[in-house]
Amino acid sequence: MTRHVSEAFAIAKSENRAALIGYLPAGFPNPELSVKLINAMVTSGVDIIEVGLPYSDPLMDGPVIQQAVDQALAAGTTTDVVLDIVKQVVDAGAIAVVMSYWNPIERYGVERFAAGLEAAGGSGVIAPDLTPEESGDWSVASDAHFVDRILMVAPSSTDARINAIVSVTSGFVYAASTMGVTGARTTVSSGAHDLVTRTRAATSLPIAVGLGVSTGDQAAEIAAYADGVIVGSAFVRRVLDAANDEAAIEAVSKLAQELAAGVRR
Amino acid sequence: MTNGHYGPYGGRFVPEALTAALDELDAAFRSAKEDSAFMQELRALERDYTGRPNPLTYAKRFSEHCGGARVYLKREDLNHTGSHKINNVLGQALLTQRMGKKRMIAETGAGQHGVATATAAALFGLECTVYMGLEDTRRQALNVARMKLLGAEVIPVTAGSQTLKDAINEAMRDWVASVDTTHYVLGTVTGPAPFPEMVRYFHSVIGIEAREQILGIEGRLPDAVVACVGGGSNAMGLFSGFMDDEQVILRGYEAGGDGVETGRHSARFSGGTPGVLHGARTYVMQDQWGQTAPSHSISAGMDYPGVGPEHAWLHDTGRASYEPVTDAEAMEAFAILSKTEGIIPAIETAHGLAGAMRIGKELGPDSVVIVNLSGRGDKDVATAARWFGIDLGSTVTNELSPEMREGR
Ligand SMILES: Cc1ncc(COP(=O)(O)O)c(C=O)c1O
Repeated sequence: MTRHVSEAFAIAKSENRAALIGYLPAGFPNPELSVKLINAMVTSGVDIIEVGLPYSDPLMDGPVIQQAVDQALAAGTTTDVVLDIVKQVVDAGAIAVVMSYWNPIERYGVERFAAGLEAAGGSGVIAPDLTPEESGDWSVASDAHFVDRILMVAPSSTDARINAIVSVTSGFVYAASTMGVTGARTTVSSGAHDLVTRTRAATSLPIAVGLGVSTGDQAAEIAAYADGVIVGSAFVRRVLDAANDEAAIEAVSKLAQELAAGVRR
Repeated sequence: MTNGHYGPYGGRFVPEALTAALDELDAAFRSAKEDSAFMQELRALERDYTGRPNPLTYAKRFSEHCGGARVYLKREDLNHTGSHKINNVLGQALLTQRMGKKRMIAETGAGQHGVATATAAALFGLECTVYMGLEDTRRQALNVARMKLLGAEVIPVTAGSQTLKDAINEAMRDWVASVDTTHYVLGTVTGPAPFPEMVRYFHSVIGIEAREQILGIEGRLPDAVVACVGGGSNAMGLFSGFMDDEQVILRGYEAGGDGVETGRHSARFSGGTPGVLHGARTYVMQDQWGQTAPSHSISAGMDYPGVGPEHAWLHDTGRASYEPVTDAEAMEAFAILSKTEGIIPAIETAHGLAGAMRIGKELGPDSVVIVNLSGRGDKDVATAARWFGIDLGSTVTNELSPEMREGR
C-alpha cells in the first residue's frame, strides 16, 4: 500500500513539529547513486521525498538544479527510470512525490503516468508549470490513481487565485516563499509568512514552504508557522561539491539531520 | 480563441508566480486596445518613428525565378531597426509604461528583436536587458554591438544549446524574480497567453497594409501570402490580414536546416509533435520522453524548437500550411533576391523567399504572391560571406567566389 503525504503530515503534527520535505533529481548524478542519496535522506529524518523528473528546459530552476538535471539527463534518466527510482525508494521506506515540469508527463501520457506512479507507490505530483485552468485531464487521471495533485501558491497570488488553486489541490499546498527561481538564499522572505496566513484562510490542507531554504535555522523559523519545510538546492549543492560517492551520501545525511533538528526546535 | 486557447493549443503553462503579471498584462492590453489615446500614440509612432506604411514592392526580376508569378515584397525591412520586430516592441513598450514598469527584458535569437527592444527602451527612457544564446552572439555579432550602443545590457546565455530557446528560459527566470518592476517583451507569437494574441495584434498592421496595397495595385486579392516562420510573428502579422479571405492560400516556411531527413533542422510541423514549451501547448521538437530536441538552422531567428500556438491550430485545421526550406535553398534565394532586386534580405526572410519561388512555380504565371520581406540582411553579411566563400580579409571585391559572381 502506498503511503501518502497525509500520513507524514499527521505524524509530524502528532509530534508537534513541521514535516521535512527534501528534493533531489532522480538519476543525479546517476540512477544508482541517486537511490542511495534519497535513502540516506529518509534515514536521516526527511519525511517526504520530492523525486525530481529531469527536464531539458527547467525554467523555474536556478543554476544549481539546472546543472544537476543536465547530469541526470546525460546519465540516461528517462521517465521510466524515474518511476523505477520512485519504486526503489518507496520500497526502502520513503513517502515520495514526483516533481516534474508538465511536458514530460503529457508526452508520457497523463493516464499512463498516473497509473505508473501509482504502481511504483508514488504518492503525488508537483508540476510547477501546471495551472488549475490546464489541470482538467490531470484531475481525472490523478483521482483515478490516488495520486495527490500538489499545486503552488506564490506571494503574487491574489486571494481569489489562492481559492481557485486550493480547490484543485490535494495532499498539501506548496507555498513558494519568494518571487524567483530555486536556489539557496541567506534569508527566507518575510512574504512567506503572509502567504501561509492567506492560504490557511482558504484551506485546511497542510501548507509547506519552499524556495531558498538551506539551513536548520531557516527550517526552524518556517516550522513555527508552516506545516512543512521544503529543501532542494541545498541538497543538490552538497552532492555537486562532494569529492566522491561516500562523501556525497555523508554530506546529504548531515544536512538532513540538521534540517530535521530544525523542524523539531 | 477562448482564454488564450486555439483549439487544444496555447493556454498558460507557467509557474504561479507569473500568473498575476500575465493577468495584469492581459488587462492592460485589453484596455489599451479600446483606448483611443493609446492607439493614436501607437499609430503616430508607427508613422513617425518606424516609417509606416512601408511599401509593397513588385519584384519584377525576382518574379522570373518564381515560375512567372507576380511576386510582391512587403517591405518590413524598411522599418526603423530593419525588421518587423519593431511593430510588436513599440506596442509592448507603450504597455510597459502604461503598467508603470521601468525595465524591459527580452530574449533574442537573430538579435533583431533585441535591437528593437533596446531601441524602444532608449526612446522611452527604460532600462533594458537582453538575453541571447552565446552561439547566437557569435553569429549575430553586429546586432550585439547595436544593442550595446543603444544602452542595453546583453547577457550571453551559456546553458543548454546556447540559442533562442535557452535565452527564453533565462528571460523567464529573470522575470519571475523581477516582475514587479519589469515587463518581459516576448518577441514572437509564442509563450503563455496573452502573448500570442497580443503580439499578433501589434503585427496585424502588416496584413492590413498589404491587403489594402495589393487591392490598390492589382485590383484583386493575392492567390497566396507567404512568410518565414521562426516563432511565427511576421507570418501571423501578414496572415491575419487575409485570414477571412478563404480563397487566399496562407503558407509558412520553417527552417529545414540540413534537411528534415537528417534530423538537423527546426521544422516543427514536419519533425515535431504536440507538446508544451515555454508556457504554451504547440508543436514542439522533442524526443519520446518530452525532452526538447536540439534544433538547427543557419539562421538564428529560425533556430527554435517551438512555434506559435495559433500556427499549430491553423496547421491542424488546414487554414494554413507549412513546409520546410533547407539552409541551401534559403541561401540560394538570398543570393537571387540580392542579385535581381538589389535587396539583401535577412537569412530568416530568405526562407520565405525560397517559399515564394516554390509556390510561384506551383501556382504558375498570372498568379499573385505576397511574401513578407521581414528583415534586411546587414546582420547576416558575415554568415553569407562565409557561405558563399567571400574572403572578408581582402575587402576589395574582385575576390568574389564564382557562386557569388553568378548569383548562384
Ligand atoms: C528578419 C526576421 N524575420 C523573421 C524572424 C523570425 O521570427 P518570426 O517567425 O517571429 O517572425 C526573425 C527573428 O529573429 C527575424 O529577425
